[in-house]
Amino acid sequence: MAQTAGNKAGEQVPTRRDIIRAGVGAGGALFVVFGIPSIAKVVQADAGATARPAPAPAPAPAAAAGPPFMPSGFVRIDPAGTVTLTMPQVEMGQGTYTSMPMLIAEELEVELSQVKLAAAPADDKLYGNPLIGFQVTGGSTSVRGFFKPLRVAGATAREMLIAGAAKTWGVDPASCRAEKGVVVHDASGRRAPYGELVATAAAVAVPTDVKLKDPKSFKLIGTSARRLDVADKTTGRAQFGIDVRLPGLLIATVAASPVIGGKLRSVDDTAAKAVKGVRQIVRLEDAVAVVADHMGAARKGLAALAIVWDEGANAKVGTADVVATLQAATTQSGVVAERKGDVDAAMAAAAKTVEAVYELPFLAHTTMEPMNCTVHLRKDACDLWVGSQVVSRARATAADVTGLPPERIAVHNHLLGGGFGRRLEIDFVTQAVQIAKQVDAPVKVVWSREEDIQHDIYRPYYVDRLKAGLDAGGRPSAFHHRVTGSSIMARWVPAYFKDGLDADAVDGAAGPYDFDNLLVDYVRREPPAGLLTGWWRGVGVTHNAFMVESFIDELAQAAGREPIDYRRALLARQPRARAVLDLVAEKAGWGAPMPKGRGRGVALLFGFGTYVAQVAEVDVSPKGEVRVSRVVCAVDCGITINPDTVRAQMEGGIVYGLTAALYGEITLKNGRVEQSNFDNYQALRINEVPAIEVHIVSSLEEPGGIGEPGTSGIAPALVNAIYAATGKRLRKLPIDGRQLAAT
Amino acid sequence: MAYTLKINGRSQTVDVDDDTPLLWVLRDVLGMMGTKFGCGMALCGACTVHLDGQPVRSCITTVDSVGTGEITTIEAIGRTPAGQRIQQAWIDLEVPQCGYCQSGQIMSAAALLAANPRPTDTDIDDAMSGNICRCGTYVRIREGIKRAAAGGSGRTGG
Ligand code: FES
Ligand code: FES
Repeated sequence: MAQTAGNKAGEQVPTRRDIIRAGVGAGGALFVVFGIPSIAKVVQADAGATARPAPAPAPAPAAAAGPPFMPSGFVRIDPAGTVTLTMPQVEMGQGTYTSMPMLIAEELEVELSQVKLAAAPADDKLYGNPLIGFQVTGGSTSVRGFFKPLRVAGATAREMLIAGAAKTWGVDPASCRAEKGVVVHDASGRRAPYGELVATAAAVAVPTDVKLKDPKSFKLIGTSARRLDVADKTTGRAQFGIDVRLPGLLIATVAASPVIGGKLRSVDDTAAKAVKGVRQIVRLEDAVAVVADHMGAARKGLAALAIVWDEGANAKVGTADVVATLQAATTQSGVVAERKGDVDAAMAAAAKTVEAVYELPFLAHTTMEPMNCTVHLRKDACDLWVGSQVVSRARATAADVTGLPPERIAVHNHLLGGGFGRRLEIDFVTQAVQIAKQVDAPVKVVWSREEDIQHDIYRPYYVDRLKAGLDAGGRPSAFHHRVTGSSIMARWVPAYFKDGLDADAVDGAAGPYDFDNLLVDYVRREPPAGLLTGWWRGVGVTHNAFMVESFIDELAQAAGREPIDYRRALLARQPRARAVLDLVAEKAGWGAPMPKGRGRGVALLFGFGTYVAQVAEVDVSPKGEVRVSRVVCAVDCGITINPDTVRAQMEGGIVYGLTAALYGEITLKNGRVEQSNFDNYQALRINEVPAIEVHIVSSLEEPGGIGEPGTSGIAPALVNAIYAATGKRLRKLPIDGRQLAAT
Repeated sequence: MAYTLKINGRSQTVDVDDDTPLLWVLRDVLGMMGTKFGCGMALCGACTVHLDGQPVRSCITTVDSVGTGEITTIEAIGRTPAGQRIQQAWIDLEVPQCGYCQSGQIMSAAALLAANPRPTDTDIDDAMSGNICRCGTYVRIREGIKRAAAGGSGRTGG
């Protein structure tokens, strides 16, 4: 850190101006609280972390001292008037560091510009996700889970502040109100800023039945309030886990066995140790790490290692082996997930039956920020700096590896450079702590992109069989969807894997439609040991929407019907689904003629509490090149917290889903993942991105999730559009242009 | 060996192997964390900095190749007129999501705008297609560049 004094603001983070407080915690590690000067303050620190005292609040005017007012785990107001909101959910781009504060601020009656944010420490009891039961940011659950608890937290604090003021003034609390961080008594014109009420409010009994605002009177919720994290994200100041700086910090990078499940046999590190800046080579059971002064030296050292692997049982495994197992399994009956009416009888009586098998590949996540975790392990305590979607699990694995009690481990969570479900896993945290056990200094373990792609926890490979019986009018009188794939739940939350059924794998397996005779069943088949499958943006809904919406299009075609009309006829009892479908049709100009080689496709889904319909327009060249020119999206996510965030999530979700549909595929050969970096595991780039229009249905229904549904609908809309353009039905992703070339 | 680099208008001396990529000199040796690592192979653009005003991928730019060139990073791009306009447009349109790619996006966009005050869509594609955004903020990146090119109409909304 060879910085000299006299930096201008904006250079060489952190600048003096930004360090509103820095110090050395009880554990000896530096903690620094960064401010966002422009809009709000984001505290990337350890508010309430258990391995050491919580950092003191931001510096206050000398007069204002004393303990803060903390009516809940979410709200803290100090005597200087600083309002700190502790974020139970983590920010990974989805806007939760704006929507969560909006929920609290709406009821607390403060301006967003008045609040500072703190990342929650590991604590399932205080910060557990109400929909899942522990600290998780995933499944598009943040707003759904915290819509009420955070408003209650805001209202509780507000009522206590009002009660405190009323008592001081000797007036009826009902005659007081709160606005912009001030309690006001209109009759007398008295006003007290929250900071002045901290002591009196803290003495008030915590009310148990605060009244929440009628959604019709929301002032902040429903507005496109400015995101609180954007200014720092345009100046390079935003702090991701990978950006942590600590005195004496070493940097490590890793190579795990290229054959999945393989072990380290031996390593010759002579050349690596000769690299300038390399400090140490760490051997783990299944990996080697090079620890160095900087990542340049660590990477050079890693490249200089001569490693011999024990390839183990998977040495000959290829993708075809996995697929063959799944294909065979789709012909066997599975665990029943949903049954309505009598599918067998209806199928037998049908005028016509249609059957199709669809396949989805393994997918990596490639978050833009590669996996990383920084660990400082001492004899009696351990600190982690990381960006995790599961903070308490990160702590638990550190406790496991170190043998320390959980309360001696502090997790300092950071902004995530993308999550997409990858950071719902703790494999890289476990590994970093294992490395740290052998290093006598704080160490930041950073994976290369190659490591990130080849040692991901992949979206499962699915092979689904769908069969429908059509009546004389072409309507599906019987609908059967057999899902075949691995179970994420069984590994990730075994308690939710009941009677052989993975509820996520079958989520959305019948679409939003009314079927009189329906069967959804599930056949679980796991890939070879060591190859793990996990969450990936949209998970069950994304996979099932591809299967169901492709198949519904095939049914419409078999029935000789137009795809939107065909769907609408199956939605008699689904007014919200019908409404998004109609809206997208209108906005997309559905039905307007298109030139040869171009086509429109639609997809509709219900997932994460949200209805989404999308229309994609494609252009397929005679050579089979697919270009998506336009996507129109209609979304009904109930009460909208922040419309611009909803738009952003739909835009981003569509790009994420399109990337997968056009390029995403992880393949195995000789037990190794064949893809390694963005040259052979491609991401959509700006020149390939369609125009995207998002239309939001205004609604007072319960809020739905928005992080994932945008991703879920685009692949089926795309293949349906390709069908419209070419008459060719693709039942497998990613899109294989060779099948579309005019012959 | 020791290299003296000119970074954001100041000279800094570092002692590293000659083939050390500039990215790690900036981040791990000098502690300037705004420039990001995404791929290490010039495939994603996250590590983009300016060398004498030209956008380069610092992950493959070795320290011995920099010579007396002037390096500008995200920490100082706001001092240039183009960088300032791009950053303002990014804030106005709320371009970033996770934000991790955005240092690189802004550096590429600022270089484009400095060289070409009125870029067409094709110019934008050419200048920006080396920068990946996994959050998919491309629609707003394009809009942001156009807004910055139009002079930036200032912040709208609350
Ligand atoms: S890190 Fe340099 S281009 Fe990706
Ligand atoms: S904003 Fe997340 S990768 Fe671009």
